[in-house]
Amino acid sequence: MLSVLAKRLVQSALILFGVAAITFVLLYALPADPARMLAGRSATAQTVANIRHELGLDQPLLVQFMHYIGGLVQGDLGRSYAQKTEVIALIFARLPATLTLMAAGILIEVIIGVTLGTLAALNRGRFIDRAVMTTAFVGVSAPQFVVALLLLYVFAATLGWFPMSGYGTLAHVVLPAATLGILGAGWYARMVRSAVVDVLNQDYVRTARAKGLSQRRIILRHVLPNAVLPIIAMIGIDIGQFMGGVVVVEAVYGWPGIGQLAWQAIQQVDIPIIMGVTLTSALAIIIGNLVADFLAPVIDPRIRSN
Amino acid sequence: MRVLNEICRQPTALFGLAVVVTVIVMAIAAPLIAPFNPDEQMFDGLTLEGAPMPPGGPFLLGTDTLGRDLFSRMLFGARTSLIIGLVANGIAVAIGLFVGITAGYIRGWAGNLLMRFTDLMMAFPALLLAIVLAALLKPSLWIVAMVIALVNWVQVARIVYTETRGLVERDFILAERSLGAGHGRILFLHILPHLIPTAIVWGTLGIATTVLLEATLSFLGIGVQPPDPSWGNIIFESQSYFQAAPWLVFFPGAVILLTALAFNLVGDALRDILDPTQRGRG
Repeated sequence: MLSVLAKRLVQSALILFGVAAITFVLLYALPADPARMLAGRSATAQTVANIRHELGLDQPLLVQFMHYIGGLVQGDLGRSYAQKTEVIALIFARLPATLTLMAAGILIEVIIGVTLGTLAALNRGRFIDRAVMTTAFVGVSAPQFVVALLLLYVFAATLGWFPMSGYGTLAHVVLPAATLGILGAGWYARMVRSAVVDVLNQDYVRTARAKGLSQRRIILRHVLPNAVLPIIAMIGIDIGQFMGGVVVVEAVYGWPGIGQLAWQAIQQVDIPIIMGVTLTSALAIIIGNLVADFLAPVIDPRIRSN
Repeated sequence: MRVLNEICRQPTALFGLAVVVTVIVMAIAAPLIAPFNPDEQMFDGLTLEGAPMPPGGPFLLGTDTLGRDLFSRMLFGARTSLIIGLVANGIAVAIGLFVGITAGYIRGWAGNLLMRFTDLMMAFPALLLAIVLAALLKPSLWIVAMVIALVNWVQVARIVYTETRGLVERDFILAERSLGAGHGRILFLHILPHLIPTAIVWGTLGIATTVLLEATLSFLGIGVQPPDPSWGNIIFESQSYFQAAPWLVFFPGAVILLTALAFNLVGDALRDILDPTQRGRG
């Protein structure tokens, strides 16, 4: 167990290093020039050159990269070009907002997805099944920003139940979390349905039925606990996807999280922040998968033996 | 033919196919169907106060903030979406096939290296990567297509890899090899044909993802640039106005949803038809 964990940790570190290397090279190769961006439009060539020197951008790629990696292993993500503050501090300041949004979004996803997926599986082949699966399909095909604008229009602008944008109270969380949750619920419903269908075909469910247990008890005690593994795996994947995918939702709702930080940084070609957010998202993806993998045997004794 | 028959038997798949065909026809025939020039800012396209015209009257779906006909713009926007969908996704499937087959066939250290690279790509936040690339490159239709292809090939590669590895173990490949067939012959005549169904399924499902991604990038203002119409940038241009003119968001939004849904439905039906082992699963 421990050696497996150690191996996976080394692998994860290598993947993170790879992500850092690729992102670094990509950002270096792109035509956008941070020095020119910082200097402003009317700057002379000399000013631009000075800024480039100050930021260390005039050094060769390899030197810059080694410098960056050197900082990275010490937990230093460098300084923002535009804001002149430590990137790590900026990310930590924004992290709670994104994590709140993420937790609320995943909660909504799981509640809607598990309910609908179970409902569809229990009514397999019937109208309810088809209706739920079609709805799930609509969910996974809906563009995030359109759903966000639609919810804003109906529940904020027209009905006035929730604020248009901002951060701070529970009411602020509802619409952005619902946007993420409604869309993700489609994936969960599809996956939960097939997991529950698999479990329903098992012998122990038939035995439970034969014993005369109530439907409710069979589902809550025998079916759902056995279908929980794919849900855990899915949440693991989701954590990573959310980190990189909240840019749109945070932009529409003015949510002061990591996505907004990234979006502002992209517009200012603030490379240290872009690097930092990309690495944070990659780290979230890696951690999500790791946690899901190591939680699986804890939850399901069947996996422990192998 | 069999595939078409099967699709016609499933109402949802048939609906998807109908929408796909409609969108394709409208995109091709856009200049014939469009009642107005999509780029023309019409004199009577705005109200006296300078606001966009609501749907109805001479402008079927109303006009946008510059007094251009929304219906005509959406017709030409369909072209943008489909071109990007086909090009980006074609490239993604091609890269995915190439990487997957190569890694699955040669295996060894080279194959291993390729698969570790796809693992690495899986750890990339795809949407964030697409946004960063699209924003920092000079946005254009082709750049958007390239960016999307760059983030979308990974999944295809992994599936093709798994399938190729399974195929290589099969007896008919062994038989072919013992008959003295070269690698080229085995790859092109025996492995590739077996992967065609997978490529078709992912080619179709991928268009849905691509249409959504293009719309998202254009909505953020880093995709297809106005005045060239795209469903995403129509919403981008009018989002600050959406409380007063909600149709400018909802019509293009509905079309994006319908198109993505249709390609998903058709792709899902194709997967069931072409791969019976997947039938009835998620």
